[in-house]
Amino acid sequence: MLFFSAAVWLLVASAFGLIASIKFHAPGFLADCAGLTYGRVRPAAVNSMLYGFCLPSGLGITLWVLARLGCARLAAPWMVAVGAACWNLGVALGILGILRGSTTGYENLEMPAYAASLIFFGYLMMAFWGVVTFHQRRERRLYVSQWFLFAALFWFPWIYSTANLLLQGGQVRGMAQAVIAWWYSENLVVVWLGLVGLAVIFYLVPKLTGRELHSRYLALLAFWLLILFGGSGGIPATAPVPAWMPALSFVTALLGVVTVVAVFLNVFRTTNGKCVMLMSNPSLRFLGAGLVAFVIGGLASAVVAWPFINRLTQFTWFSIAKGFLTSYGFFAMVTFGAVYHIVPQLMAQEFPFPRLVRAHFFLAVAGVLLFVLPLAIGGIVQGVRLQNADIPFTDIAKGTLPFLRVSTMGDLLVAVGHVLFLANLGGLAFQFYRARAVSAWAAATAETKVAEAVS
Amino acid sequence: MNYGPLLFLAAFFALASSWSGFVLTTQLQLGRLQQTNTVASPAVTYPVARPGLAGQGLQVYRANGCAYCHSQQVGQTGTLLDIELTEAGTNQAATIAALLKLAETPADEPSGLSPLPPLAAAKGNASGAALLNGLPKSLLRSSNRPAANAAVKALNATSAKAQICIVPVGPDLARGWGRRRSVAEDFLYDSPVMPGSQRVGPDLADVGTREPALSWHLLHLYAPQAQVRGSTMPPYRFLFERRKIGLQPSPDALVLPADAAPPAGYEVVPRHAAKALASYLTSLRAEAPLYVAPLTVAAAAAGTPTNAPTASEATSTNAPPTR
Repeated sequence: MLFFSAAVWLLVASAFGLIASIKFHAPGFLADCAGLTYGRVRPAAVNSMLYGFCLPSGLGITLWVLARLGCARLAAPWMVAVGAACWNLGVALGILGILRGSTTGYENLEMPAYAASLIFFGYLMMAFWGVVTFHQRRERRLYVSQWFLFAALFWFPWIYSTANLLLQGGQVRGMAQAVIAWWYSENLVVVWLGLVGLAVIFYLVPKLTGRELHSRYLALLAFWLLILFGGSGGIPATAPVPAWMPALSFVTALLGVVTVVAVFLNVFRTTNGKCVMLMSNPSLRFLGAGLVAFVIGGLASAVVAWPFINRLTQFTWFSIAKGFLTSYGFFAMVTFGAVYHIVPQLMAQEFPFPRLVRAHFFLAVAGVLLFVLPLAIGGIVQGVRLQNADIPFTDIAKGTLPFLRVSTMGDLLVAVGHVLFLANLGGLAFQFYRARAVSAWAAATAETKVAEAVS
Repeated sequence: MNYGPLLFLAAFFALASSWSGFVLTTQLQLGRLQQTNTVASPAVTYPVARPGLAGQGLQVYRANGCAYCHSQQVGQTGTLLDIELTEAGTNQAATIAALLKLAETPADEPSGLSPLPPLAAAKGNASGAALLNGLPKSLLRSSNRPAANAAVKALNATSAKAQICIVPVGPDLARGWGRRRSVAEDFLYDSPVMPGSQRVGPDLADVGTREPALSWHLLHLYAPQAQVRGSTMPPYRFLFERRKIGLQPSPDALVLPADAAPPAGYEVVPRHAAKALASYLTSLRAEAPLYVAPLTVAAAAAGTPTNAPTASEATSTNAPPTR
């Protein structure tokens, strides 16, 4: 099952994240092993988070929601399962490749070509049947979430193949490589994760609160803004590229504010201004936290896109904090909410440890806060001090260490949350298969009993 | 938006527009970048491909993710114009008087010239003869082109020779991380291009100029804290081999300080990867003055004084004002 492997990857990601984070307590930690040096563990953490957790769980949600909203059965589920296996194999090979030192060197696209092709193939296997399911839908009228998900299904293969072919094919040279890598990374993290995450919010919030979505048109606005301008940000103000690129990035980042406002307003009006309602249900709680992270992350992106501020924050921990806020605070939180809603329905079972869901929520929120806040503050301090050439660089680097050490606590809390998440999913799967096995056993024994009775 | 195909077209249109903006146009503009000639001399082209070992070092840099802590992009907030006196001429008294007069101009005026340390020191004492020792040296600084031109004119009128030098400024440059901002040309022959996104460690765009010695880099990779006090960089000992000394100590063996040295009878020898990486690091020298990012190189300016004004002309038109 897609969600389960995603949860395992999540744990792997947090393990790598922890190792990378501990390196800031003692630079010598695990440093003598080539595979565990910081420059390899960090991309391994980011990649297992993105490709191991975010994308497959997002795809799983996409397939489920498309089937649900279309009142259709998922087409060829076994093909999807093969695709998922292919994807997981690709990710595993890719992570090993990164640890072995065959990273491509482009951020968020580190997987070497052999892993990338497996991932791409696995995605196509899954997404194709998603499109078929969409096509076979019996409910012809499209709901808002379907726009987002349908676009997302196509988005990833386009950007992934473009970026991989251009960058690993070796036709592009010089700084154009870096620009394409930025473009890809932004399209993946802002547009793809944004499309799926918002689809989930627009689907589950009205459903779980039992209200109509406030406005299709606001959602349409958010949709268009996201797909048109979401992927154009992310080129830093001082990058050695022609000046129109950072300028365009800046303008589109400002337009991101409109997206954020449109989404927030829509959800706010849907719940009729009673955001407290979001606390009533475990899934909704995750969605609410995710929405808050989306709003803050979107506003922060617009603020730091300002060339003056970008100069300060560009090379600092602030950008890491912001990235974590969107990929984890927003997307992963929303995904948790969706998984906690979907999986019990899929398996027709309740979670074995409902209390752990609650604990996971608080751990995740505390973890995100403990990770993002210190790094954001530390990043700003670091950026301001970098502007003053009189402060020696080693002092600045050392000055960020206390912040980094606090953020390790955040990493740790998040990781504990992942253990709980996995325990709950594992428990559920265990129950499910035990129930199946018991009924199969009962059926089998019943037959023999009947046979005995007959004889 | 109620039809699947329509939705597909919408997504396709949006992605195509972003693609043509940031992939196609980039490729058309940056992908076709060629070597250019430098300001210093039309015969010198920039960049030149890295030597073989340094090219392999780029791959070591990539494989070990050095770019996650080190950026290679130096920023610049603007350029200033320094007025450099190259020859004192015959009428030294008039030159000194003209200099002192220029130094009197209030700095906060829009056309303000500000005196640099040697001139500022001479402002107090009346003779100022020491001013003309050790030429060429920069004496005045201005942010305003006409004011700088006027000052040069005033100095040249006293039979001295003065010229304008372009000095890029910004916190990164003040830190000694480079002499001009990074430009796309710096990365032309690198694949992959790793401009970096973090400054956990210092910027490396110009590290080859700062630390030109291979031995420094090897030692720093093996024991960072021994070379830079208080460094937070992890050691890269897996790039080195610790082995028993054979008949003769290896000529490559690192000369380590006592606290990082191996036990007696052993030596630390860099592996091929370490040598390649060090060679790559020393090849990172973004110092060539280009027309897109001009600066006046002292030696070149002294040797070929006619070139410097050409460079200045290029500045006024080509350089973005606040980069």
